[in-house]
Order: sequence, then structure tokens, then C-alpha cells
Amino acid sequence: AAAGAAHAQDRPSQEALLRFAPLGQVTLVHVTDLHAQLVPMHFREATLNVGVGEARGQVPHLTGEALLAQYRIAAGTPMAHALTNLDFERLARAYGPMGGLDRIVTLIKAIRAERPGNTIVLDGGDTLQGSWTSLQSRGADMVEALRALTAEATTGHWEFTYGAERVKELVAAMPCPFLAGNVQDNEWNEDVFEHTKTFERGGVKVAVIGQAFPYTPIANPRWLIPDWSFGIKEEALAKRVQAAREEGAQLVVLLSHNGFDVDRKLAARVPGIDVILTGHTHDALPEPLKVGDTLLVASGCHGKFISRLDLRVEGGRVAEFRHALIPVFAGSIRPDAETAALVRKLRAPHAAELARVVGRTESLLTRRGNLNGTMDDMICAALMRQRDAEVALSPGFRWGYSLLPGSDITAEDVWAHTAITYPAAYRMTMKGEQIKLILEDVADNLFNPDPYYQQGGDMVRVGGLGWTLDVAAPAGQRVQDLTLLRTGQPLEAAREYSVAGWASVNEGTEGPPIWEVVMRHLSEGPVRVEPNRHLRLKGA
Amino acid sequence: MAVVTTLPRAAGAQMQAATAEAVRKATGGKEPQEGRVTLRLPPIAENGNTVPITVTVDSPMTAADHVKTVWIFADKNPTPDVATFHFTPALGRAQADTRMRLGQTQDVIAVAQMSDGSFYMARTEVKVTIGGCGG
Amino acid sequence: MAAPIGQPRVRLPASAKAGEIIEIRTLISHVMETGNRRDQEGKTIPRDIIKRFVAKFDGQEVFAMDLATAISANPYIAFPFKVEKAGSFEFTWTNDAGEERKSTAELKLA
Ligand SMILES: [Mn+2]
Ligand SMILES: [Mn+2]
Repeated sequence: AAAGAAHAQDRPSQEALLRFAPLGQVTLVHVTDLHAQLVPMHFREATLNVGVGEARGQVPHLTGEALLAQYRIAAGTPMAHALTNLDFERLARAYGPMGGLDRIVTLIKAIRAERPGNTIVLDGGDTLQGSWTSLQSRGADMVEALRALTAEATTGHWEFTYGAERVKELVAAMPCPFLAGNVQDNEWNEDVFEHTKTFERGGVKVAVIGQAFPYTPIANPRWLIPDWSFGIKEEALAKRVQAAREEGAQLVVLLSHNGFDVDRKLAARVPGIDVILTGHTHDALPEPLKVGDTLLVASGCHGKFISRLDLRVEGGRVAEFRHALIPVFAGSIRPDAETAALVRKLRAPHAAELARVVGRTESLLTRRGNLNGTMDDMICAALMRQRDAEVALSPGFRWGYSLLPGSDITAEDVWAHTAITYPAAYRMTMKGEQIKLILEDVADNLFNPDPYYQQGGDMVRVGGLGWTLDVAAPAGQRVQDLTLLRTGQPLEAAREYSVAGWASVNEGTEGPPIWEVVMRHLSEGPVRVEPNRHLRLKGA
Repeated sequence: MAVVTTLPRAAGAQMQAATAEAVRKATGGKEPQEGRVTLRLPPIAENGNTVPITVTVDSPMTAADHVKTVWIFADKNPTPDVATFHFTPALGRAQADTRMRLGQTQDVIAVAQMSDGSFYMARTEVKVTIGGCGG
Repeated sequence: MAAPIGQPRVRLPASAKAGEIIEIRTLISHVMETGNRRDQEGKTIPRDIIKRFVAKFDGQEVFAMDLATAISANPYIAFPFKVEKAGSFEFTWTNDAGEERKSTAELKLA
């Protein structure tokens, strides 16, 4: 029955969302991967989120029914809608949008009021990028958002795509430390940022250590941050954990933008970390995952959730914990007035542009998921048509919210999927073997059995080609039966193909910004994109 | 030239012929054992032109028992030689850091010679990728 | 004419306690021409690298390194040193043409 009728009133009330029996001396509140989303939106979770190696079939690589079964969540319920792609359109209309800075602040203020001397609010990074207003203000709007969230520490990944100088300006303006222990200058290997911030809560000394996305210079343009080197840097982290303990920390928290599977491996190898607040891979888990003595918390993205973790600490160990993954149902939560005013102020300079209708969709447009989403196929269609190319390449970014069928597409919606500082839509010719090389290279970033070789993100989205992806095959052999859809013929290694793409990490890439290409495409009429059936997955 | 040959049992995985030859030259044909040598390298190189490498060899570094020499090889570079470190007990620890160029994804190999003439070896893969797809 | 060898730079702790193992870090700017590159006219640019580094403490060689063409431009070389007494280091870099660049540094005991 629950799967049948779903109504707004089934949504939990604000009081129900906040109901939590306090425990112990310390309350951690974690939000991550906001991607500059200030207002409520719909975000469909992945249909495909394949795990490889030890992570095969393990959280967070459960989707749909498997995820609901793992956590005993009834289908059709608000939490089922928040966590999965199932019955998305109907439940989205019933339960309404999620997130919104003013709603998140209401929840945080309530928790702080309940636990004034115990609470630490931590932001997991990928906060300052992902919207037109953040691109225009180059992150400044979201620094104000961090202030409203009363965040007490943050870290980063997409923040670095504003360039080294801008990052320094933003960090100086931030209301809290920007912790990134794994970023060193590549001349003398010296720390560029703070790595640890210590707090006193409920009489317990808490050390928070920050870890930026380890592969930023590979996944994003290195030329924007030429003098900094990243990496997981496990030994350095282990030394910092030990140092924090020796200086009296009874609770050590890693504020991480490593990605969940990297953190799962790290937790088993680096002793002394009590809690890892994970980020980057956009996973949301209703319960922490315990790895040895370490609790891994995953808090989703785009403001859909905040995590609350209460901890009772004794003798430098977590004796007991209680956790809640709180879904931020915009319709259930009274917006914080002060923050609502701030959001209006931040968006005011661009309000008219943001609201401009640039197209319409008859079908659900969504991106998150290992293989092409319908939003990706729309972007690829735009690239192939507007740039006259046989093949299109669009990056497998995990950010960008979903658009329901039968809705207008605004400029804001397009920018929420394309607002980056290297948006040039290039057009070039590539040999078939080069295209395969790119696909294999990205596939190994995602499906390498060793998590430390994984960079998160989803498979590169390809337009104009059909193929089979065997996730379990060795590097270089995962991409099979590449076919040019236009001719139905196999892709020839030696033949040149016209390729249009965007978000190249190479400096000096030329072409119009991708949003112009997409908007020109949308202006030609409503789009209808069915799920891509030219991609086959094997070995999952 | 790129004929792949298998080194004696200790080497296990395969090596390019030139690399196997370079290792044989370094060890005078003796068989390097596994263990005692640790290579710290990034799993994925940020920039193939400057890949940081730290090599550490487990040794008391006393006059009687210390590491004499460590050779570094890159299996699939145009030529395998990268560096040769010459240690003395005065260092107190057998470790060295430098930065090297890797043309493609490949194994980096370290061979250490001890003062008693024994040889130890370690190898680690470093991925050199095209990059992009920021997650 | 050999490629220019830049000013060597060395970093070691200002002072150290006896028995402590410190880290000595060195940098020298040099293009490290591999001999595999070609100029615009397609002519091979000849190999020209720093090929040898030697560290001496009070005249005694404590560490040395032979560099091949795979070493990155602006060679970075770091190594540990067990402090027993104060003294002075002498570092020498030598290129293919035999040109040398030297640098000295004092080690003081805390
Ligand atoms: Mn993110
Ligand atoms: Mn990220």
C-alpha cells in the first residue's frame, strides 16, 4: 500500500526530522557536496552504481530495491524516494523538492539550540562550485552560505577550479578553516593549507583533520593550480592522527573529500581515526559503515541530507554512537528567515537570467549514475548537432539536479550542469583508437579494483556510439564492441572521426561555452530523451 | 627491443628486456630477493614529467650492516635507468627522495645492494593517465 | 655551450640535537635535456643533464647520486643525515660537460 498512494502529508514533519535522543559529549553535523545549490531541487539517485574488487555489492554500491532491502526501508516512502531512483517522478511530485540553504540552516540551528556546548558543524567540500551565481561570483556567494551554515571547518575539490590565487582569496574570506593536509607545494613539498583544527566539546578534545580530493590535478585542470601537488598521502595523515592523539585529542575526525571507497581502504590502514565524514562520491547512507574502529558517514549531495552523529567518548575511544541521516524535505521544514533573505540577496543580481526559460523537456532529465543519463544524452545531442560532430564526449560529473517531465528548462537549470571555469566546447578530429583510449582511461579511473587508483565520478558520457562496458575486465580491455550509431559500423581504430566535447583539462582549449551550445539546441524545440539503450554493462 | 623476458623467480612479474638486462648488470647476475625495500610513489601520476619517488631500505645502517647502493629503473621508459643512490652509515637511515619522468603507465623498480653483497628488489606500478572527468 | 646550471638551494634544519636524524633537501634549476627531443627544424637536441651529485660532511662523502635522463628538470634530491657533531656540508652538482656547482651549509647543534 505504501508504494501505492503517496501524499505530501506522508512526509515527516520538521519535528519528526529533528527527533533524536541526544547521546554523549559530542554532536557532529555533516553536510557535503552542496555544489552551490542554494534553493530546493529534485535529485534522482543513480540507477547504476557498480562496485568492483572488495567493494563489489557492498555499500555504497547498492541502488534501488537492493538499497531499500539493506536498510529495511519500505518502497514508496519519503526516505525511499530520497535514497533511490525508484518511482522517481511520481514520488518527486508527491513529496516535493529537497534541500535549500534556508531549510538546512533551520535544522542546524535547532540541533545547536538543543546541544549548544556539544555541536560541531562540518562541511565536506564541493561547496563553492556548481551554480551560475557561484561561477559569476567565483565562489564568493557560497562563502556567505558557509557562514550561514555556521560551518566550523571545510575542505575542497571543485573549489580549486577557480585557480590558486582565487582559492587563497576565498580561504582568507571563509568563516572557518579550510583543512587540506594532503596539499603541498611541488617545489619543497611544504604544506599549503592548515591540516588540523582542534575543538573542545562537552569536555572532550576533538581533532578534525581535513583531506582535499587527492586527484584534483588529474581530474581537473592542473594548469589552474600549477604549483600544488595532492595525493592520498596516507603516511602523512597517519602521522597527523598520531600527533593529534599525543596532543590530547580524545576523538579524531577525518573531514574527507577522498571518495567513499578510498576512505573505506584508508580506515583499514590508518589507525586511530574514530570517524570519517566522507564526500566526493555523493553517496548517502542511512547508517554509518563500521570499518575496524572507524565509523564512515556518507551524507549525500546538493543539500538533500545532513548527517547527525552523537558520540559518547571514553578513554579516547568511541564507547557509543547514535546517527541520523536527515532528509531535507523542503516542504516539511520552515525556512530560516535570515537565510532565506541571504539567498534572495545572493541571487538577486542574476534573478532575471536565472529564470529565463530556454527550453522544455517532455521526459525526465537526470545525470547521476555510472552510465549515460538522459541529461547527458541531451548535452551530447546538442554537441553533435550544434557542432556538427559524429561523436560527443561529456564528462561523467555527479553534480547537477534532475528535471521532471513536462517542465520548462531555465538558464539556471542548464548552468547547474555546466557551470565550470573551463567550459569550452571543443571540436576536433580523433582516431577511433584515441577515442577508445580515452574511454579505457576513464573506465580505469572508475573501475580499478584498487580504490586508491579510483577517482570517483562516473563514466564519460559518449554520444553517437554504442558499446559494451565490462567493469571486471583488466585495464585497457573494458570497452568492447564500439559501434558508430550513425552507420551501425564498428568504430575503426585508424579512421578519423569528428568529436565534440567540453571540459577538457588541457590549457587553451577553444570553443563556445557549453551552456551556449546547449541553449541553442534547446531553442529548437522541446526535448524528449529516453534512457540510453546503446550501452551494455557486463561484469557487475 | 621490447621483448618481454622473465627474470628469475624472485622477479615474478615480467619486465622489458632492457630493464631485465639493467637489473642483471646491477646485481652482477645475482638474484634479488623480495622484501626490505619500500617504494613510495603516487598510484596515479599528477604530471608524468615530475613524479615524486621515495625509496626506503630497511637496514640498521651500521658499519657492519648497511645499504650500499640503490638503483631505480622505469620499466617502460625509453631507457630504464633513472638514478643510482650511494649510501653510507652516516645517514642513519637508508632513504632518498627525487622526482622523475615517466612516459606512460609502468612499473618502477628499486634494487638495493647490502654491505654483505645481498640484493633486494621492489616494484610498484604508477599510472600515467589522460585525466579529466572531475567526479 | 652547456645548458645553464642555476643557483643551488639547500634546506636543512637551523639546528639539531645529537643523535637526531634530520632531512636535507636540495634543488638546483636545470633543464635536464634528455637527448630524445627535437627542435622546430627537427634536429635532435643533444643530451645535457646534471649527471652526478655528491654530499660531503667535513670532507667525508656521506651520500651520492648518479642521475640519468629520466630525472625531472630542476632536480630535487633529499636524503637523511644522522647528527653527531656540528660541522659543514659541501654539496657538488656536476653536468655532462664536467662543469660543477658547489654549495656549503653549516650544521649547528642545538
Ligand atoms: Mn561533489
Ligand atoms: Mn568532489
